[in-house]
Amino acid sequence: MHTIIQGVILGILTGGVYALMAGGQTLIFGIMKVVNLAQGAMVILSAYLSYTLFTSAGIDPFLAVLITTPAMFCLGVAVQWLFLRQLRREDAAELSILVTFAIALAVEGVLSVVYSTSYRSINASYANTSFTVGGYQVSAVRLYAFLLSVGVLGLLYLLLHRTRFGRAVRATVQNPEAARLLGVEPARIRALGFGLGTATAAAAGSVFGLIYPFNAGSHYDLISQLLSVVVLGGLGSLGGAVVAGVIIGVSSSVVAVAWSPTWSQFTFFVVLLAVLLIRPRGLFGTVLRGAL
Amino acid sequence: MTRGGLSRAGVLAVVLAVLPLALPQHWVVSMLVFTVMYAALASSWNLIGGFAGYPSLGHAAFFGFGAYTVALIFPNTHNLSNGLLPFAILPGIAVVAGLIGLPIGAIAMRTRADVFAIVTITLLFVAQTLALNLRSLTGGAQGAGVAVPPFDVANFERPFYYAMAVLLLVAMGAGWYSQRSKIGLSLAAVRADEDKARGIGVHVTGVKLLAFSVSVGITAMIGGVWAYYVDFVYPQFAFDPLITIGMVLMAFLGGRGTLWGPVIGAVVLVPAQQYLAYELGGSQLYLIAYALVFLLIMRFLPRGILPTLTHLRRRRRLIAAADPAPRTAAAELGLAHDGQGGARV
Repeated sequence: MHTIIQGVILGILTGGVYALMAGGQTLIFGIMKVVNLAQGAMVILSAYLSYTLFTSAGIDPFLAVLITTPAMFCLGVAVQWLFLRQLRREDAAELSILVTFAIALAVEGVLSVVYSTSYRSINASYANTSFTVGGYQVSAVRLYAFLLSVGVLGLLYLLLHRTRFGRAVRATVQNPEAARLLGVEPARIRALGFGLGTATAAAAGSVFGLIYPFNAGSHYDLISQLLSVVVLGGLGSLGGAVVAGVIIGVSSSVVAVAWSPTWSQFTFFVVLLAVLLIRPRGLFGTVLRGAL
Repeated sequence: MTRGGLSRAGVLAVVLAVLPLALPQHWVVSMLVFTVMYAALASSWNLIGGFAGYPSLGHAAFFGFGAYTVALIFPNTHNLSNGLLPFAILPGIAVVAGLIGLPIGAIAMRTRADVFAIVTITLLFVAQTLALNLRSLTGGAQGAGVAVPPFDVANFERPFYYAMAVLLLVAMGAGWYSQRSKIGLSLAAVRADEDKARGIGVHVTGVKLLAFSVSVGITAMIGGVWAYYVDFVYPQFAFDPLITIGMVLMAFLGGRGTLWGPVIGAVVLVPAQQYLAYELGGSQLYLIAYALVFLLIMRFLPRGILPTLTHLRRRRRLIAAADPAPRTAAAELGLAHDGQGGARV
């Protein structure tokens, strides 16, 4: 029982980070109806960025977020502008899957050339610190990562619900044509939205490198996990992504402590299949359009 | 079969049969094996990704399944008396892969094309992880050896080449059949508008599952031949995302949903790919080149070569038909154009 509860604590903390990565993913889907297979690669790219900032300039990964996030935002806008903008509407959904897959491969290729394919990890001074709360171990890195994720998700929520830009984004998600009639520029919203989704990947990526060792190919594992989270939460639902991130984080870490870490990788796939069998639109997905 | 179609099929079969005899150098035949392999892979992907409009990203899972099945039934400790034996079990592999594909396809195609892509790409990584972790069965990361083919060294590649060629003809035959039959019409209706197709009584689920099942069955057979040819299978090469992206890319370049597009795509890309691998060496640069080619195709030729040509030809025909006074010298000499608009390309 003790190990199970330990697993649950670990899972909640990890699930927060998943929620952040998947939050960006589902935001992009909501705005553009694009399944972004490059999200995992963007997380890993950002992990490498903060690795470099840490090893060469000594910048703490939690501070590096302030640098990586704007940089990745710009990259996201550029990617959308260059490769996704001009896809024709009738098969945009289908083609964008392949375009983002190609972007993921390009990022993977560049990273493995620049950094070689050996595994890296960011060893901050507090990497092995942990607190003991009521007999349970809470790793400091994971706790900070969880708090950062909650903070960024909170900011994202405020941005979407308290600003003019956020209102325009939500309007575009709910009804692009009506939003356009009311003077929202969909092309601009899409570019900024993709940038925003990528920026949340960046925030998550900086701390991802603290928790897990990674190499350029890590994005494959990551993307299948993120997609499971997004499908469970309901494509396009930010709240759903948060709940699903925690559910999947907890279940995979409980499987890891109770059974074996190897099989915890399959938790994602089992959950994905179960969702599609029982409730294909996910926990909070609407049938027609995603509701943020 | 139309006369044009029959003669084209005949020409293809003869060209496929004669090529390795005309160009017997080892490196050429080896390149031909891979060209025909990718043509066959792209053609079988086209059955579900092109004709039905469900872009699978998980076909490499079935490719790997076929490869590992051959490696497990004919391990390298096995002494092959008859080198053709592994080819004989291919139909069995196809049936099993097709059956495995049924429940996966049924779940993955319950909703829409984007969820289908999600499930299939996840399947690929699950299959790879399984191959890595079921060590007692697959040998894990150390890989698994396949029985050494007892073929004559001088013409070592030939049996593999002809096996791949037969599989290409099977995949194209399935594509041709599905274009001309009611199944093909149903698939086209699914691709155009699945809800409307269901509304007018098309057996949407049935035809989708059939297409997926046949498609992954052929893919698994190709994987089996590949494993026997390369003689050693590793999880990261048998379940390689690059194989998935390769077949998708070639189908897109040539024109997905067309019979000949995937073949054209493979003929253009595989030699280029082998050249790049030779020039750039490391597979990382090669990955970048691959991704860039894909992005450029999507950017500038999203419909693919064949549909773009057809579109251009049709447009020229329309322009010619709309313009009763052709400006060509031939027309000025009184040799009026031939009613087709003189737009033969």
